[in-house]
Parts: sequence; structure tokens; C-alpha cells
Amino acid sequence: MGGILTHVSIALIDDVALGDYLIVHAGFAIARLDVEEAEKSLALFDEIAAHLNQPIDALRPRFP
Amino acid sequence: MRYVRGFREGAAAAALARLLEAEVDPKREYHLMEFCGGHTHAIFRYGVEDLLPGNVRLIHGPGCPVCVLAVPRLDAAIELARRPEVTLVSYGDMLRVPASRRRSLLKARAQGADVRMVYSALESLEIAAAHPDRQVVFFAIGFETTTPATAHIIREAQRLNLRNFSVYCNHVVTPAAILSILDSPEVREWGQVRVDGFIGPSHVSAVIGSRPYEYFAEEYRRPVVIAGFEPLDVMQAIRMLVQQLNSRVSRVENQFTRGVTRDGNLKAQRLVAEVLELRPSFEWRGLGELPYSGLRIKSAFGQFDAERRFAIEVRAAPENKACQCPAIIRGVKKPTDCSLFGAPCTPRNPVGSCMVSAEGACAAYYKYRRGALKAAN
Repeated sequence: MGGILTHVSIALIDDVALGDYLIVHAGFAIARLDVEEAEKSLALFDEIAAHLNQPIDALRPRFP
Repeated sequence: MRYVRGFREGAAAAALARLLEAEVDPKREYHLMEFCGGHTHAIFRYGVEDLLPGNVRLIHGPGCPVCVLAVPRLDAAIELARRPEVTLVSYGDMLRVPASRRRSLLKARAQGADVRMVYSALESLEIAAAHPDRQVVFFAIGFETTTPATAHIIREAQRLNLRNFSVYCNHVVTPAAILSILDSPEVREWGQVRVDGFIGPSHVSAVIGSRPYEYFAEEYRRPVVIAGFEPLDVMQAIRMLVQQLNSRVSRVENQFTRGVTRDGNLKAQRLVAEVLELRPSFEWRGLGELPYSGLRIKSAFGQFDAERRFAIEVRAAPENKACQCPAIIRGVKKPTDCSLFGAPCTPRNPVGSCMVSAEGACAAYYKYRRGALKAAN
């Protein structure tokens, strides 16, 4: 992620294929990301944002 | 990356905040517990609390893996690490957690103990294979997210016939902790802590599924919404909880549909069931002894059980009485209620476990809220 290469065990997931997105926790893939569901969630957020047309960026990551 | 950054869009967060503002009933309060330390961290890092209406309160739950490990079990790990033949391996955060008398694995290492820090449990097998003359012990801690990895390495150790490898198993289960909070006197009788609903964990639920929470929604009438770890996920999950509470229903809902199903990861669950079993009782920091809340290694894999191999004794230990970690873990107190917060207890020099890990409530307060707290004083 973000250009970082690392070793991840796929022992807990069957039939991992090239191009799959995996949810990784402490070096192990624990779930396959459901791309269709992710797109649905993103579309919902896009719709809410467009509908209310809030110009400001409300999230301020607080890096100390 | 689209599936991470897409869930951190500021304009959508502002829009969700507006919707939430319109949806809350101003005549009531909403007390929602985020069980998981990953959520606590995301909430502080992105300032989610500042976007919430004043009558929506977040209570930080006990889901921080290193925070809930009982001090006597950590003391036993330090004793183990001090044996000359042992190489003790664990996750990074665990090494800094203070044990009794302010000892830690890191301090034991400075005094000559062989303690190694790993990112993945698999690395402990590599260390064992590379050092056949050492007794390599993996100090396994955490909730259901790291449990399958521990089960996997135990089975691998058997397959590889690694005779110098064992696991000190301290894994705990999430539903038992939720149950203990709902059954605690602070919630049931004293009314000290009010929890109207739960933001359910992301990664734990990816493994166990959403089904185990159905009991809490039905029996305890508390809605549970499983949320992803990104700020938009958390905001949306809070909306879903508010909507349920407004219409007086309590169901399990899943906001994190891209990672969680009702059944979870069955392969991981089968692996855990093959290698590990519930202990009748297990001690947690802050929550005390909880029935069927911790896991041990099944006797079929007993040769890899460090508790057996080294006859580990877990002895009661004194804790720093001023440290409010136990009450903070239960949601009874805030980090700022603790007299040690900020001085002398800091992430660099933690007195209690909640100040150690990024998932601990004290560390999150210290890292992200210190400026605001100073300004307020």
C-alpha cells in the first residue's frame, strides 16, 4: 500500500488471485476486500457530499 | 489508494456531519461506545468528535490488545524472557507495556534478556528455525485479529517439527468483553456508564463475522453497527446508530460491508477451533476475571504450549494504584481524570498500558488532544 512492499501470509484466505485487494492485519490477510461493496459505499458518500455540497474539508488529520 | 483515501474525503465528512446534526433528537443524549482501539485512534486522528453534535458522546472501549493484558501474565512473560535459554518474541507495542514495579520486556532486554520484536507472528518461526540452540517462545496477545495467525504458526511448527518453539498464549475474545461491560455494575446498577449502542470493530468482525453481536442487540437491546476504520465509516456508523436509537430498534447492522460478512472468515475460525480452546476463566486488566474469555492451546498441540513446557506460574502482582487504566478500559473514567496523565505518564515513558499503544485511549488523548487541553486550562 502506498508503494510499500511487504510480505503477507495468505494462509487464511483461499484462492487469492492477482489484482485482489486484501485486508491485512499483523502480516496476515484476514479478509478479501469486496470491491463491489467498497464502490457502493464510496458512491453513497459521493452522493451525500454532492447533495449537500459542503465546500469545506472537515477532516483535519492531526499529525503531531 | 482509492479504497483507503476514498474513505477520508473531507467534503463527505462535512456533509455527514450536517446530516447527523439534522437527525439527532436534541431532547436526548446518545452515548456510543467504540469497542475497538483502532476506532479510538481514527476518531482522534481525524478529529471526528469535533464533527459530532454535542449530545452524541463517544465512550472509548477496551478493545486495545496490549491494554487489557493482565499484569501477572506480563510479569510471567518477563520471567520467561530472563531465562538464559529463552528467546522471547512478541509484537512491538507489547515490549513497552509496564509490568509490576515498572518493569517491561524492553527493560529486560536492556538488562541482557533476548527479546525480539516482530511485525508478523510468522517471523517467530523463522527465528526458531535459524537458532536451533535457543528456546524460542512467541508471546501471543490480542483479540480475534491476531488469533488465527497464532493458530497458524502452531500448526506450522508441528508440520516443520520445530522442537525449540512454543507459544505463550494470551488471546482473548471480543464478545466476552462486550458482555462484561453490559453486565458491569457501573452500567447495570450504578448508572456511572451509559452505553446506548456500540460501534462494532472492523478487523475483529472480518474474522468472526457480524453474527456474534446479534445476542447483544436482542438480549441487551443495544444496537451494534460494525464500522470500517476510516473516518467516513465511523461517521456513517454513528448516523446508523442514531437512526436506530431514534426509532427505538436494536439490530446488528454492518456499515463495513466491504470487509465483513455475517459469517466472517470461516477458514480462520476453523483453524482457531482446531488449535485453540476457551479457558473456563481468564483475567483481564480492568475487567477482572471473565468466564470463557481467553484461549489456550489444545492438548493435541500441548508440546508447543509454553505454559506447559516452562511450567509458567502466574502470580498476583501489585499495580500502580494511581494509574487509572482499569477504569479507563471500562469506560468509567477519561484519561484526563488520571493524576498521572501527561506527567509523569507519557507515551515515551508510560506508567500504564493505555499510554503505550496507538490504540490506547490515553495515548490517543496525549497525541491528539494535548494542545486543546492545555489551551482549555
